[in-house]
Amino acid sequence: MWQLLYDELKDRNFMIVAVAEESRGADQARQWIEQAKPAYWCLVDTDHRVADLYGMVNVPQSVWIDEAGRIVRPAETAGSTDHFRRMDLTTRTMSPEDQAARLAARKAYLDAVKEWVLTGRHALPPDAARRSQPRITDDIARAHAHFRLGTWLRHHGKAEEGDHHLAEASRLHPDSWNIWRQAADLQEVGKASGPEFWARVQALGDKPYYPPPDLPGVGR
Amino acid sequence: MAIILSETGEHRVAAADGLWLSAAEAERATGWTLKPEGMCRDEACVPLPASEARDGKVDVVAFWQRLGHPVLHDEARETWVLGIGADARNAALAGLDAPDFTLPDLDGVPHTLSALRGRKVFLATWASW
Repeated sequence: MWQLLYDELKDRNFMIVAVAEESRGADQARQWIEQAKPAYWCLVDTDHRVADLYGMVNVPQSVWIDEAGRIVRPAETAGSTDHFRRMDLTTRTMSPEDQAARLAARKAYLDAVKEWVLTGRHALPPDAARRSQPRITDDIARAHAHFRLGTWLRHHGKAEEGDHHLAEASRLHPDSWNIWRQAADLQEVGKASGPEFWARVQALGDKPYYPPPDLPGVGR
Repeated sequence: MAIILSETGEHRVAAADGLWLSAAEAERATGWTLKPEGMCRDEACVPLPASEARDGKVDVVAFWQRLGHPVLHDEARETWVLGIGADARNAALAGLDAPDFTLPDLDGVPHTLSALRGRKVFLATWASW
């Protein structure tokens, strides 16, 4: 997914860490990764630990980290847009205009990453970065604990009890698409993008599914 | 026997009466060491009342909740999660140091984020679902 970006920037003191939030494990992730194994890191995160640590709620989300290991852009949408919400569900296609707008937004996002790597532009000053960090509530913290227990129980032959904890995780942290969709996927492959998913997306109303990051040309 | 799922991994421990653990097992699961002044990590010590530590053992549930972290267990009380509380998460995020982690690649080889110090890092998530 990020191979072109990596090829362009790999000699510029830059690295990509692509984390698969994949509770089914490495085999599930493997079939989605390019045949030619990427030279950047592709890691498998069965516990969704990275989402927990960085307060992420959806995929793809990104965090920009500088040379000193400091966060200069907290978790935000990584190049995806909400155009898919207007797609024709019977044919699964988008209008040509939406297709074009979607690609343009993605390109603008990748250009912003490149500019940051080459010039430092778009890195937020510490105060702004701090303000942009997600706020973790007690419910969210508990949700991640329920998610951990739920996926563990599922892996150990206790699907029903595990699903109870996964449902509780979603109830405590309803904004997390990661939790809801991973739980749906564990129940049945495809459920994460099935009718229940679309109903949840519809229920967002005017709220974004992929909130656009504040970067030039990356609108909804 | 119990399983503890914590930030330091998955630990099999000999537990009694909830999560009363030996000091050594408590340290393995939590990263905190039992000392005369309480449970300690780096320079910090958290005093424990006598009801939560005795005979070289620690009530890890009570201790963990004392730190403001969530504790969960399954119906059989065999599998426990020592979670991380909101205050600790928010403090880490406000500090802006990228939280470190170690995860395996597709071949199972572990990689640690902080090994990339000195380079800019684009950390991005994805999923098949």
